[in-house]
Amino acid sequence: MLGSIPGSGGADMSDITLPQPAPPAIRRKRGRILGNPGLVVAALVLGLITLMAVFAPLVAPHDPYVQILDDRLIPPAFVDAEMSDPRYLLGTDNLGRDYLSRLIYGARISLLIGLLTVLVSGVIGTTLGVAAGYFGGRVDTVVSFLITTRLSLPVVMVALAVVAVAGGSLQVVVLVLGLLLWDRFAVVMRSATMQLRNLEYVAAARSVGCSTPRILLGEILPNLIPALVVVASYEMAQAILLEAALSFLGLGVQPPLPSWGLMVAEAKEVMLFDPWVILLPGLAICVLVLAINMLGDGIRDATAPEGRT
Amino acid sequence: MLRFTLRRLVLAAVVGIAVSVIAFMLLRVSGDLAIALAGEDASPADVERIRQEYGLNRPIIAQYGEWLWRALRGDLGRSLFYPESVANLILTRLPVTLSLAGMGLVIAILIALPLGIIAALRRNTWVDRTALGIAVIGQAMPNFWFGLLMIFLFGLALGWLPISGSDSFAHFIMPAITLGWFSAPVLMRLTRGGMVEVMNSDYIRTAHAKGLPARVVVLKHALRNAIVPVVALCSVQFGNMLSGSVVIETVFALQGIGYLAWEAISRRDFPVVQGILLLVALFYVVLTLLADIANAWLDPRIRRG
Amino acid sequence: MSTPVLDVRHLAVHIPVADGVLHAVRDVSLTVAPGQTLCVVGESGCGKSLTSLAVMGLLPASARRTAERMDFAGEDLLKMTPPRLRELRGNRMAMIFQEPMTSLNPAWSIGDQLTEPFLRHGKGGRRQATDRAVQLLERVGIAAAGRRLGQYPHELSGGLRQRVMIAMALMCGPDLILADEPTTALDVTIQAEILHLLAELQREMGMGLLLVTHDLGIVARVAHRVAVMYAGEVVESGPTVAVFDNPRHPYTRGLIDCIPIPARSRPGVPLGTIPGLVPNLVGGMEGCAFRERCAFATGPCARAIPIVHGDDGHTWRCVLLERAPSLLEKST
Repeated sequence: MLGSIPGSGGADMSDITLPQPAPPAIRRKRGRILGNPGLVVAALVLGLITLMAVFAPLVAPHDPYVQILDDRLIPPAFVDAEMSDPRYLLGTDNLGRDYLSRLIYGARISLLIGLLTVLVSGVIGTTLGVAAGYFGGRVDTVVSFLITTRLSLPVVMVALAVVAVAGGSLQVVVLVLGLLLWDRFAVVMRSATMQLRNLEYVAAARSVGCSTPRILLGEILPNLIPALVVVASYEMAQAILLEAALSFLGLGVQPPLPSWGLMVAEAKEVMLFDPWVILLPGLAICVLVLAINMLGDGIRDATAPEGRT
Repeated sequence: MLRFTLRRLVLAAVVGIAVSVIAFMLLRVSGDLAIALAGEDASPADVERIRQEYGLNRPIIAQYGEWLWRALRGDLGRSLFYPESVANLILTRLPVTLSLAGMGLVIAILIALPLGIIAALRRNTWVDRTALGIAVIGQAMPNFWFGLLMIFLFGLALGWLPISGSDSFAHFIMPAITLGWFSAPVLMRLTRGGMVEVMNSDYIRTAHAKGLPARVVVLKHALRNAIVPVVALCSVQFGNMLSGSVVIETVFALQGIGYLAWEAISRRDFPVVQGILLLVALFYVVLTLLADIANAWLDPRIRRG
Repeated sequence: MSTPVLDVRHLAVHIPVADGVLHAVRDVSLTVAPGQTLCVVGESGCGKSLTSLAVMGLLPASARRTAERMDFAGEDLLKMTPPRLRELRGNRMAMIFQEPMTSLNPAWSIGDQLTEPFLRHGKGGRRQATDRAVQLLERVGIAAAGRRLGQYPHELSGGLRQRVMIAMALMCGPDLILADEPTTALDVTIQAEILHLLAELQREMGMGLLLVTHDLGIVARVAHRVAVMYAGEVVESGPTVAVFDNPRHPYTRGLIDCIPIPARSRPGVPLGTIPGLVPNLVGGMEGCAFRERCAFATGPCARAIPIVHGDDGHTWRCVLLERAPSLLEKST
């Protein structure tokens, strides 16, 4: 399936079983979707986080940036009931900022970076993959070479280095991650397009003289969407984890923005005495990434042809 | 096999060149190196002086050519921070990272292989679901956070293991577990998928028909076929671990090339950054080459084809 | 009469499927006498392969097997412990499968796979195992046998692979060989060669052979006894001569009419065909399963059909009192 792309076979694809391109009549499987509790829970969790992020100013009890130095490191009630303060449901950080509000605003950063990165990388990867799969030959050779080269680059190091020179901002992080995370899109779209290209109805469209763009947009792309959604979900999760890592290392989103990765880094200083400070943002990342991954898995299972597991 | 190897060698060489171009150009297209080196508030004269000093005013092709020519002879320039050559710096730190990645890989295999095999043999039972659950949850955790939790638990709370540095074997345990933990799910899924497929094949039925005990059927007849892609993936994962070492080594202050990379990036020690980027990328190129050759060699259909 | 090498009474195999239980094998009784060949014939999907897999204990995990008796050389296979079963498999009873292309392990050499049962069952050392492998490969008609041992399955054609499978089954000198449509996947020209080879080896080594096939032409030549299966049941069984000369079940008759006979089948005259389709075996089953396709079906066919015992162990499940007439004769 992954033919000529060395190394990519196992590395990035093994954890994804491809949703096979659906036959032209798209089968809706409401039963399969509702019958999968993981998918439903994941969608609910993700929906909740998204709502919180969108309406953060309304939901958050405090301003996430206001520092009240008298109220530093107040623990939440479930950690220490006596020391806790009912005004701060999840306590405060070491600068006296409301932790719950920062977590809610942090969801904005994670989701925004995840979505935008996937948009950039999805466009790049899909274009390359579809072109390679559809035209084959030299185009395929070049794209395969690009994929191999991209896979050889250490993502975190490259991202850190670029951010260090270009400066840490949301735009730079999105751009860097977008330019780095397109490989899986390309690999999956390439093989899926290859399969589709040889199907009868595509051959039929070609034989009646449909133009190439029309075949690509009209026949190929719609059938790639299930696979595209699945890859996008995995890559979004990946982007969120990477942004957190970059910010944790101090070379991603800059303070005082409440990036969850940055919050873990800030909490590191005080983790000996207040370990809960480190627990919360990490858990937040974990839950969000888990929900996105489970959603991807669920969609993959729901769109997979019968009998495949 | 020979033809295959030669083709792969040529590809690896071309990718290697491409990677060297990227390692060199990356920092230059990301911004003005002279300004980055001089600092944001340096005077234009200072910036210009640095530009001259580092040869940043010459045509970029010439700069790249010179750098590559020297790099091919093992000269990656001098560190701007340490009084040492980049090659020396990297060479002294490399063993730490290689040991870390090696230990991480062993741990990943120790977790992934048994779990993957058992999950495949007990498909759709609680064992299988638990293993997959661990894999899914494991992959959702940020690795630096997992590392910090370990530091808190085993280092601070229980005091069993040292939390930073690279002086003894004990220093490597937590970082290696962290690295291995994040590589294990991919290996496990691949092992499980391969085993499920192989166990349904006709030759497994033949093996049963010969009267072989389950152990021999699974380990000799099934695993031997399912393991081929896993071996290749291990090699690729080793390469991924080298690049993943930035985060892990920084968390545990392990003095390998990952930590060096982070330090160099933070201090704008660009010759070191370039050198490490080139080295890690080339490592990956070589490892995938080895993976493909190992793959071909393990599969008699390719080896003797 | 000596103890049969295989004695199966009232075997049934049920497979749970999405819309019920598939009664793939129902009330099948077979015996193979030592040194004799029993051919099981029938269309695809009639349960003949599952019957042989049931004997070997190699049914898919979801399948359920029940039987009144299932003895191998006097030993009860139903109550046998797994270790004892493993001692017999590949040793005293061996199996040859339908798909030679996929039945050999691609990762191990022919030599390794051939010597494996010999070594596993303690028949001798590596040296002897190799000698026997070479000798058997030569016997099954593989040239340069010594060199083949180092080769891998993908280097061999389908016909050669099936010969290797046969040699592998013979490694321990079994008392019984189960051959499940061993030639279906092969070229027509090779099919006959392989079947003749099997028949020859059976005579030469005095083994019991249970040959599952749908090639009646070969059955007539090699079988001592025949069991005709239809829709999971044995509809007729008996000595080959009796069944061929005096078929009592219309289905058997139909099958015989389908055999092209060089001297008698004239160009332009159609061969016999049996109209209709095999019934669905999911859910309950009452009466004769063939009645939908049978030209002689009457009222009693919808009720339970008693087994009729004729001379010489010839039995059949049909309410017709006389020799089954040819469907061809009836239509012309």
